[in-house]
Amino acid sequence: MIKSLHARHHQLAQQEKQVEYLSNGIFKEGKLPTFQQKIKSVNFFPLKPAALEIFQVNIGYMCNQVCKHCHVDAGPDRREIMTRQTMQQCLNVLAQTKIHTLDITGGAPEMNPDFRWFVAEAKRIGVQEIIVRSNLTIILANPKYYDLPSFFKEHGVRICSSLPFYKADKTDRQRGEGVFETSVEALKLLNEVGYGKEESGLILDLVYNPTGAFLPGDQMQLQRDFKKELKDHSNIDFNSLLTITNIPISRYLDFLIESGNYEEYMEKLVNAFNPAAVPGVMCRNTISVDWQGNLYDCDFNQMLGLKTSSAACQHISDFDMERLSRRDIVINQHCFACTAGAGSSCQGAVA
Amino acid sequence: MENNTYYNSADLKKFGNIADWDKNLAAKFFDYYGEVFKEGDLTAREKSLIALAVAHTVQCPYCIDAYTQDSLEKGATEKGMMEAIHVAAAIRGGASLVHGVMMMNKAKKLSM
Repeated sequence: MIKSLHARHHQLAQQEKQVEYLSNGIFKEGKLPTFQQKIKSVNFFPLKPAALEIFQVNIGYMCNQVCKHCHVDAGPDRREIMTRQTMQQCLNVLAQTKIHTLDITGGAPEMNPDFRWFVAEAKRIGVQEIIVRSNLTIILANPKYYDLPSFFKEHGVRICSSLPFYKADKTDRQRGEGVFETSVEALKLLNEVGYGKEESGLILDLVYNPTGAFLPGDQMQLQRDFKKELKDHSNIDFNSLLTITNIPISRYLDFLIESGNYEEYMEKLVNAFNPAAVPGVMCRNTISVDWQGNLYDCDFNQMLGLKTSSAACQHISDFDMERLSRRDIVINQHCFACTAGAGSSCQGAVA
Repeated sequence: MENNTYYNSADLKKFGNIADWDKNLAAKFFDYYGEVFKEGDLTAREKSLIALAVAHTVQCPYCIDAYTQDSLEKGATEKGMMEAIHVAAAIRGGASLVHGVMMMNKAKKLSM
């Protein structure tokens, strides 16, 4: 298993180094336009939020996997974990607002000891939709997780799980040796309790992201391939495939630089800039919360340490919907990944 | 010229510049090109793999660059991409060999 950038004391483990890298080089030299210049040219600068619909809460960076492209730099060595007290603050906000979706992510969120409490409380206070971003293998990582499928079912959780390809080779190269096989086993367990079955109402979505320095293809066409292949070879059912463009930060940024693909990848993102994707970018309807309760415009900004504008609130303890709705969204060059081609978000393509 | 080789990878991005010297024909070509690669009875991935095989047949470095990437984006496997090139190679080799029949016919006619 590879180690996190954090464990290797890699310079890209420092958030400010990543921001520096993205702000300099080809963008500073003017070879490529900055994201600000680009959205200004189509009258979207400053980028303003729409109605807040999704509360994406990252409850810790600990994970049983170490994927090569991970934007969180998650892994078994990461100890950052959200406390029950901070979770309670998130629940208070959800109870007082019209935010309809709680999107729980990590790391492997299930590894947080208060994960089940958090889900159960969210359900109890009537949160309309609860999403858990599960890496699948966690379900089989330890006997204490074996009952997760029934726990998810009991709480009507929507599962979103990464599976970059419908075959072992590409999947394992990105996510680690044996991950595909274990993921398939986990998917079977989820299918067994009804997930991904049309009539059950239990939603199981898969998340596709490219296994290299290229953009995702058409979401519907890839979904069709995934459905056919997973059904034919493993008898697995799922609801939708969500395509996500890899964001050039953290371990994926490291991969781009190390493989000599950085400049070309950024150029590709810039050239694929689609103005029609801008209104649908997720930072416009989402707030991201980190393990300490800090607020960000998205999970990627969280990993870069780019908090919500200081003119708005920056911590869950002084959450203020009114001020947040008036904020300017914080942007940098990584944002080009969300506006390339059909656009990209945690809910898949947007345009 | 800054680059002392016939092929320069940066030229691929300038493909559209052919319109500079004949806008009308370029527009017709690129329209047609776009239509060709849309999903039809063949999927976009199948078309990309055909393009990859043809790229190797016509030995066009620009096309190999473009359709390697396009095939990956369309979700082709690396093995599938290699299989496509073997199809091209088989047809190429076969095209030579099947003409062997012509050679045999001629040789038989000429020989006692």
